[in-house]
Amino acid sequence: MKTSVLHKLIDANADKRAVALVTNLDDNTQVLIYRQALTDRNQLELAVTDAFRRDRSQVVEIDGRRQFIQVYNSPLRLMIVGAVHIARPLIEMGQSCGYDVTLIDPRQAFASTTRFPAVNLCNEWPDKALKNLGLDARTAVVTLTHDPKLDEPALIAALESDVFYIGALGSRRTHRERCDRLVEAGITVDQINRIHAPIGLDIGAQSPAEIAVSVIAELTQTLRQGSLQ
Amino acid sequence: MNEDQKISNELSIAAQWLKDNHNVAIATVISTWGSSPRPVGSQLVVNDQRLFEGSVSGGCVETAVIEEAMDVMNSGEPRILEYGVSNDQAWEVGLACGGQIQVYVEPLTVG
Repeated sequence: MKTSVLHKLIDANADKRAVALVTNLDDNTQVLIYRQALTDRNQLELAVTDAFRRDRSQVVEIDGRRQFIQVYNSPLRLMIVGAVHIARPLIEMGQSCGYDVTLIDPRQAFASTTRFPAVNLCNEWPDKALKNLGLDARTAVVTLTHDPKLDEPALIAALESDVFYIGALGSRRTHRERCDRLVEAGITVDQINRIHAPIGLDIGAQSPAEIAVSVIAELTQTLRQGSLQ
Repeated sequence: MNEDQKISNELSIAAQWLKDNHNVAIATVISTWGSSPRPVGSQLVVNDQRLFEGSVSGGCVETAVIEEAMDVMNSGEPRILEYGVSNDQAWEVGLACGGQIQVYVEPLTVG
């Protein structure tokens, strides 16, 4: 790998741009292909498009030449709404799993750098914050506040996007009431069904850290196995 | 931010080593068969002090890959390595899980 290629890969990651490094395994030449520049004009580009879509690096054979397509997808992101107790272990575990984590809470007393020193903090209103941050299919949104006026704008913004996971903390009863309000706000039942609530896999979690484990587990399941469950 | 959890952590470390005037090689899993501990695309970077970051298996073949990487740094020629279970050698440079992997090892070259 040339140093110029290395630096372009690092820059693409910093700019959240998806890029593939294609190595010809016969003559060791390498080219970078950016996802946004793909036109599917030849077999190689079609293979790269497929690799991006499946988020899977692979060797392909094109015109008798073996080419290794290494996918560097844009980073996974986790948006947490609510700088509450559970946010702390969730931030740590999310970061350990490779997520770029952002904590959103307009209540500055909650979302302060003293309470949360090691995360991107955003004090804007959740729906505005999420729109500014740009939601995409590599992003997960989790609401934790229990406060409809904070959680629900965030959920609506998430439902209007193609984020891969939406989860809302709260009991079954809280969620039923939430669903009623979302329907009133014009959200369809199909859309509402994208929300994982009560949030997390049912593992009997009690402490904040255990709840974070169940949330991260459900997130991982959705990311890796799609909506099989 | 917790920078060291990013996808390209290994590459960032490679860039830092380069800045510190080290020779660097990059090892990447390019294919797997059967059960294997790390997926295709997993990377390990090594410098000329044998410091390494990342992994291409669950620790099964890293030592061997690092030695090959030292050769690659010296020769400047990329190579493809293959590891599987080879009974006698299993403890040395095989995969205990019964899988097979191919690893592409390349030098980082100025240009």
